[in-house]
Formats: sequence, structure tokens, C-alpha cells
Amino acid sequence: MKITTPEFKSNAVEALANPNLQKAMGHVQVGFIEKRQTAANGLPEFEALRDNARDIKNHTLAHLDLYLEAYSEKVEQSGGHVHWAQTAEDARNTVLDICRKANAKTVTKGKSMISEEIGINDFLEENGIAPIETDLGEYIIQLRGEAPSHIIAPAVHVLKEQVEADFRAEHTHLDANRNLEEPETLLDEARTVLRQKFIDADVGITGANFLIAETGTSVIVTNEGNGDLTQTLPRVHIVLASIEKITPTLEDVSQILRVLARSATGQELSVYTTFSTGPRRETDVDGPDEYHVILLDNGRTNMIGTEFQEMLRCIRCGACMNHCPVYHAVGGHAYGWVYPGPMGAVLTPSLEGIEKGGNLPNASTFCGRCESVCPMHIPLPKMMRHWREREFERNLNPAAQRWGLKIWAWIARHPGLYSIGARVAAKGIATLAGKNGRLSSLPLAGGWTKYRDLPAPEGQTFQQLWRARGGR
Amino acid sequence: MTPREAILGKIRSQISVGSDDTNRRAAVANRLSNAPRGVIPERGQVTLAKCVDLFCKKAEAVQATVDRVSTYDAVADAVSSYLRGRNLPQSVRMGEENRLETVDWSKTPNLTRSFGPSDGSDPVGLSHAEKAVAETGTLIMTSGSANPTTVNFLPETHIVVVHSQDISGDYETSLNQIRKQYGKGRMPRTVNMITGPSRSADIEQKLLLGAHGPRSLHIIVVDD
Repeated sequence: MKITTPEFKSNAVEALANPNLQKAMGHVQVGFIEKRQTAANGLPEFEALRDNARDIKNHTLAHLDLYLEAYSEKVEQSGGHVHWAQTAEDARNTVLDICRKANAKTVTKGKSMISEEIGINDFLEENGIAPIETDLGEYIIQLRGEAPSHIIAPAVHVLKEQVEADFRAEHTHLDANRNLEEPETLLDEARTVLRQKFIDADVGITGANFLIAETGTSVIVTNEGNGDLTQTLPRVHIVLASIEKITPTLEDVSQILRVLARSATGQELSVYTTFSTGPRRETDVDGPDEYHVILLDNGRTNMIGTEFQEMLRCIRCGACMNHCPVYHAVGGHAYGWVYPGPMGAVLTPSLEGIEKGGNLPNASTFCGRCESVCPMHIPLPKMMRHWREREFERNLNPAAQRWGLKIWAWIARHPGLYSIGARVAAKGIATLAGKNGRLSSLPLAGGWTKYRDLPAPEGQTFQQLWRARGGR
Repeated sequence: MTPREAILGKIRSQISVGSDDTNRRAAVANRLSNAPRGVIPERGQVTLAKCVDLFCKKAEAVQATVDRVSTYDAVADAVSSYLRGRNLPQSVRMGEENRLETVDWSKTPNLTRSFGPSDGSDPVGLSHAEKAVAETGTLIMTSGSANPTTVNFLPETHIVVVHSQDISGDYETSLNQIRKQYGKGRMPRTVNMITGPSRSADIEQKLLLGAHGPRSLHIIVVDD
């Protein structure tokens, strides 16, 4: 897909001025946060499980080459095929190859962020194969020609009235006077329309939440059941997964499952957790005849052994964006590529380069909520800071910003000067603000004071207070 | 260089693996063979009777319905009365499942059973769970002619029989039992962990039951 991350600033301005988006984002700010908290509180072992989940992934990443070897051997043993893809293009070509060999006309798809990352839908269409998204949210945005705006709730930016309009425009074979006012009727309609597509499809493509090295198994975690119909009914099942999805054992997957759904939707476990190993066996009466796994690198190996390796622990639960004030304000599309929110702010520059992704690590208040709720303890703010440092080192940010930072750094390294400066500035602003203690405009900060007043500093500076308290 | 060699080689150079990775190989072999259990929630570490109660409570909390019967023979009537109560046809689709063949179906002559995978035209599916997990009210289904995977997903109503002895407190215990059954490192083609009926909250975050899978999930626990 086309990356618009370099236009983050104008994307964000547009998003803030979009009333539908702002209304829809209201649903994120309440629901997800409360549900996650309730689920976490409901399991006394939650924190211990987070620690263990982190340790499992750290161990796996430190031995990733060996676990990948063990995994692929098991897949082959169970009659499946493993395809290694270094780039998005390699992965696309492999998918097309498999589809062509299967004479595929239509392909159903379970929800997969990797399929968004490699842009498989457009590619299949260009090659005469119709991809059909079957997750309700993904189906809605496919009709709208949009990208997902959230990694687990792709249509979170869409209002139900918009879904109604999209369904009326697309499902023209149905009665024009039907009632579609409620989410229930919309869901029923999608269920009916998609049911036939599941049955007709030649190939089913899913993602994977885990790849188990011990058994050569791919695991998907879903609520709707569309992923299961996608991988059970067609003759060919393709799993699109990135290399860091490897997890050693069934036990290790069980540990991480306990923190995944609780962090994502606040469920104790998602409705369907499905383990798939190879194609249909002699004892089976259903399931696919062919089972393919495409293992995608696409820049991830560059992160191993660097300060960004910890990002590869991510299990794509979406908790970081659900708790992010910047994501709440601008929604997912403003981030301009596949992965939004704090995880996207780290991953986008890692996979697409800091030249394109540099705006994202700067779009953070460093409030730290993302790290505090991340089930895998990924230090997201620290990694965004690393990206800011790299951007600075490579002279990528604007001159005014660079000079500002240099002046600030110089002052910060001269404590005496800093102390005097802070006192003078505090006094000065307080004097300017006068009686009501607020400034409605400030030179060089017009963008900030345009929407709110700056409260003037009161009393002493932090350093003065710190000294007065004896440094405690 | 094949793509496989390129990816694995890149990982090794990024990790700075030297010529001797004996210790790393040993660590991997060790984890794969010992499969440490990790942190197990206390809530499931109780007697079997309490485990069964917890399973029922947790399944109901995710909108499944639960019935408990004392013998396999009672399953026939439990299925039939559930269908009657829901105004559903007395007809189920099911696999060739030995445990369900021991049921005396002659007591419910109106209930017709057809066998094999579902093609989407069956209103009701009947399956037998291989295992179940109390901590979240989760059923574990394994694929095969006894319990075709399509029966778990295509019918609007899914009835699942589970034997109380097959309910354990945590996922690790149940999956380890399946490992023992199929052999180390092997799995059935499909293992479905099912926790409640299908649902979606993709439209304005409003939770709705019955997305693409069953709208209703009814569990019959056999306590013999």
C-alpha cells in the first residue's frame, strides 16, 4: 500500500477536523480501557504471566534461527509446505504462484496484518484473482477501499450509518427497502452474503498469531469464526506469518494466550483459538488438501540484535493504541501505513525506514501508558526516543527544530545558567500574564495558545523547591 | 543462496552467533523436550468437582448454555429437549463418534441424526469435545471423522457433549493430554479451542452474537 506517513502532520489536521472520525473514536476511549482493566484485575496471576510472556519471547528471539529450523521441519513432516520470503514482493509472488497452481478465481481471507503489510489484495486483483475479506471489520473497509485503522478493530473509524450506506451500495441484489438501521441487521446481512463466498472460494488465506516450533502448528485467535471457515472450506490454506511469530511449545502459547485477549478486548480468551497442523489427513473428512506457510522477513531481521529487537515481542493486541492519547485524537489512518499507534510509531520506521516513518516517533507525548499496558513489556517510549535520536543523528529533522534542540541541550548541560534562566522566564511569564495568571498568546508558541491559554508559573521553580526540600 | 539460508544467516549474523552454538542448540532442544509449564492460574487448581462447576460458570459467562446429565443415555433427551425449547427442528448433523454411539437414541425417535461434515445446510451440529478447560469455560475439539471441523462452525446452533473427566483446570494440562494422545511433536490437523458462541464488535464496538460461526453454543456435561 502507498505510505503516507511523511504527511502525518496534514493527515492529523484532517483527522481532527473530521466529525465522523471524532465521533467513532469516542467508542475507543471508553470501551477498550475499562474492559482491559477489568480482565487484568480478574486474574491474580496477570502480572506474573506478563513477565513470563516477555521472557518466553526473549528466549525465542535469542534462538530464533534454531526455532525457525525446528518449526519448518515439523511443518514439512506433517505434509505442509514452508516458503521463505525475504521481502513483501517475494511473499506476494509466492501467494500468486500457489493461487495459480490451484486455478483460483476467488480467495477468502481471514484477518491478517501481514497481508496488509505486503498489500496482497491489490496484487491479487491486478492478477485477475478476487480477494474477499471475511472478518466483518475487514469486509467493511474493503468495500470502502480503505486500510484498517486499528490492528484488531479495523473499522473502528466507521459509523454504523456509513456501514449501512456501504452495504446498500454493494449488495444491490437485496431488497432496497430492507431495514438496516441496527448493527444486528448489518451483521446478519454480512453473514448471509459472505457464507456463499466461503463455500465458493478456492484458496483461503489467514494470518497467524503463533507458529509453534514443537509441532509445526499455526494458531489463529478470532471471535467471529470467519478465520476458521476461511481455512477449513477451500482446497488450499495459505498461512501468512512473519518470522517473529515463532513460539517454542504448546505451553508457551498457553502462557501468552492468557495475556493476549485480556489486553486486546478484555475477554479472558477469544472465542476461537485454532491450531492447524498440515493438510487434511486420511482420518479427516474436511479441511484443506494443501497447507502452505509463508514466512516473511521484510526487514525484521534488521531489528534483531539492535535496540529495536524488543519490538519483535509484539503480539498485536492493540492495547498500546487503545490507551494512546495521540491515537485517540487522530485515529489510525493518520499514521499513514499499516501499523498505527505506539507500536506503529516504532515498527513503521523499523520496516519502512526513518526517512518515511520519522514523523511517528515524534507524535508522542511520552505519557508512558502504552508501555504500562503492553502485555509483553515492550518499552515503546524508549524505542521512540531511539528513533528520535537516529533522526537527529542523520540530520533528518527541520533546521529550526535541530537548532532549538541544540540550544536546549547546551543550556541543560549548564545547570547554573539553566537555574537562572528558569527563574527569569518564570518571573517574566508571570509578570506578562498579570492578574488572571494566564497568557492567551505567546511568541513562537502561537500553535499552542491558539486553542488554550498558557497558565503562568506560580511561586518558585522546580529547582528552588527541590533545594528547599533537601533534594528529596 | 536460498531465501531460507539468507534469512537464517542474517539472523545468525545479527545475533553474532560464533562458530560454536552448542549451548544455544542445547537450550532449544531442552525447551522443546521439557516444555516448562510456566505460571498456572490458581483458580483451576481445585478438585475435579469444583473444576466442573468452574467450567460451567465460565462457559455461561461467555453466553454459552450448559446442561448437566448423569449418563450418556440421558444425552439423547437433553439434545431433544434443548431443540424443542428453542423451537428448532429435531435434526442434528454429527460425525461418527464412538462415545455418542453408546447413547441410546431409541428413546428420542423423533430426533433424526445425519452423519459427516457439514455443507452449511444443517441448522444444528452435534459434537463431542476431546477436552475442556475450566479456567475460561473453553471446549477443545479435535478434527477427524468423529468430529468434523465444519460441524463446529457452519450450523447456527452447536451442541457439544463433554465428559466431566475430560475437564481440567488449565490449558497446559489439556494440551499436554492431547500431546500424549497423539505423540510428542504431533497434533491433529485441527484443534479448536471454543469459548462461547461466535461474536463480533466490529460495528461501533457493540458486541453481537452470531457473526460467522454458531449463534448459540449449548454444552451438555456428562457427569457419570
